[in-house]
Amino acid sequence: MTTDHELQRRLLADMIRIRVFEERCAELYAESKIRGFLHLYIGEEAVASGVMSCLQPQDAVLATYREHGHALLRGVPAESIMSEMFGKATGCSGGRGGSMHLFDQEKRFYGGNAIVGGHLPLAVGLGLADRMLGREDVVTACFFGEGAMAEGEFHEAMNLAALWSVPVLFCCENNRYAMGTSLQSSESQIDLALKAASYSIPAWSVDGMDVMEVHRATQKALGAIRGGGGPMFIEFQTYRFRAHSMFDPDLYRDPDEVERWKQRDPITTFAGRLVADGVVDDDAVEAMWQAARDETESAVIAAEAAPIESVDTLLDHVIRVAVPAAEDPGDRTGSPSSEHEEPEHGTSADETAEDRAAADEAAEDELDEVWP
Amino acid sequence: MSDTTQTATETATETTVELTYREAMREALHEALADDDRVFIMGEDVADYGGTYAVTKGLHEEFGRDRVRNTPLSESGFVGAGIGAALGGMRPIVEIMTVNFSLLALDQLVNTAATLLHMSGGQLDVPLVVRTTTGAGRQLAAQHSHSLEGWFAHVPGLKVVAPATPADARWMLPTALADPNPVIIFEHTGLYNERGPVDPAAGPADLDRAVVRRAGDHLTIVAWAGMLPKALTAADQLAESGISAEVIDLRSLRPIDLPTLATSVRRTNRALVLDEGWRTGGLNAEVAAAITEACFWTLDAPVARLASLEVPIPYARHLETAAIPQVDDIVTAARSLVGDADA
Repeated sequence: MTTDHELQRRLLADMIRIRVFEERCAELYAESKIRGFLHLYIGEEAVASGVMSCLQPQDAVLATYREHGHALLRGVPAESIMSEMFGKATGCSGGRGGSMHLFDQEKRFYGGNAIVGGHLPLAVGLGLADRMLGREDVVTACFFGEGAMAEGEFHEAMNLAALWSVPVLFCCENNRYAMGTSLQSSESQIDLALKAASYSIPAWSVDGMDVMEVHRATQKALGAIRGGGGPMFIEFQTYRFRAHSMFDPDLYRDPDEVERWKQRDPITTFAGRLVADGVVDDDAVEAMWQAARDETESAVIAAEAAPIESVDTLLDHVIRVAVPAAEDPGDRTGSPSSEHEEPEHGTSADETAEDRAAADEAAEDELDEVWP
Repeated sequence: MSDTTQTATETATETTVELTYREAMREALHEALADDDRVFIMGEDVADYGGTYAVTKGLHEEFGRDRVRNTPLSESGFVGAGIGAALGGMRPIVEIMTVNFSLLALDQLVNTAATLLHMSGGQLDVPLVVRTTTGAGRQLAAQHSHSLEGWFAHVPGLKVVAPATPADARWMLPTALADPNPVIIFEHTGLYNERGPVDPAAGPADLDRAVVRRAGDHLTIVAWAGMLPKALTAADQLAESGISAEVIDLRSLRPIDLPTLATSVRRTNRALVLDEGWRTGGLNAEVAAAITEACFWTLDAPVARLASLEVPIPYARHLETAAIPQVDDIVTAARSLVGDADA
């Protein structure tokens, strides 16, 4: 059972990494080091940890705006994530994205998406590309909250995914509140797996507070998807212990309800189990917390010290300048063939400036006549 | 005098053939599918039905249903899937039946396709091509006839083009496919049966340049998409009364090729901007303002605009005709602009 124990220790350590990172983020927000919206994943760590532990490097991941933990476990360096939240040049999105838009193409981590439900069709497309290109062992994992299931894009994506049998695992993180709106007041059918199943997608619900349950369910689903089984849907029942974002006074939840869920803290319950089972001892658990604190503190120090982007680069990454097809007959269909980017100007500002200079010059005599 | 009275793609050569706009676009799609396995078409009824405007007719028989892929009626879903497929290494061409329906996919185009490169700090290209139709004139009323291309031209991160000739319908697509950015191609429904010369060997056309379609000296008329043939007809009529109109096909709605516009207007000193879309907040306003900024001191008259009336496009033919700029309106506006209202 050594392998199982290793996995359990890893899952515990992963959850602790997220928890520590997120708690530090909350402090940094209070210190105004992090701005904008900040959505914390505290309480939901078992979901990302259990799912991400099953993914392979070739797989793709799409997540929501509550995605720091997913990015971290996908292998995006903590300092790159923290620097992004500090708005620094060394952030994983160059300071353009912030907390809600973490991206890492190399890790196939496609955000960091903040239009609820908007990234579900993208997951279908990524899966479609894998199918059309014959990449049989690749799966796309798409995380979204239960709030997304009221969006039309959820339903369109489910329908397309099933029709085209794409290799996508839809991971519903049901934390029971879409911002402040409870599941009961936002869904006519609160059996979420049933909704997905209505699209002929195998769907089931698991305890999202139990990391081993999450891991096992995900393994099972991925095995079926990699075997050509088409899309699958899992609802992970979970709960966020903090408010929706740092702006949220959390007026809509009964404090007793929050307390009840905190009793089921995925980290303390799992750690207790592992200690009781002799998989880890208290020192080992403390070492995990310390390692996470060290990782997070290093990230904070790096983010503090990192340079900010020059404002000169403000208009970078709006339009990528292509190598003209005529000059590049070997690659008419142009993969991102040029690393060169330059700012887009809606009305060719550089040339405009020249033209204006010329016009002004031509009109100078006229001006002299009009203005004394 | 401009040296760009024709695009390179429309210079007559021995191989030039006469094609309709529809045939030209279909030939471009056929070539794209044949040349690159990563290219596929998806949209509503693009396969058996042949496309609502019959542009993709027959392509599924040759390339199969995977690559000429019917979608359900879910614009946001399949446009988003196109973005995802582009991220995944494909070169999707997504057909949206009309620009009115594209509003159902506005989230994907504006919030995602246009933002991913920037939001990811330059990591993620979205080499997506969207084809959709625009324009009135077929008595399709207010939910199938609008000209909303200006909305998309407002958005940084998108490239927006409007081929107005068969040659551009033929040769803008390969350029759009070679572009690492999302490109939206607006095809005017009234142009599909228009015939024109297409050089099969011309090669990909520019996506960022306006073109002088007719040289003239007294005023510059700026038009795109369905307004171009009307502008050229109006220019013919104006010539009969001694008014020499230069007609510029804007072609690229984002970015706008201001140098070509300004070069012309500094010579003619007058500009009339045509738009089948509405006047208020329209693309015509952007073009007119840009010309004014660039050419103010050489203008002999305020830049004039002629756009559709501020009404949802109606069904009845006479009402529809009255709502959108017609040749006579252009002639009248041009005469007024050159101080020849009575001519």
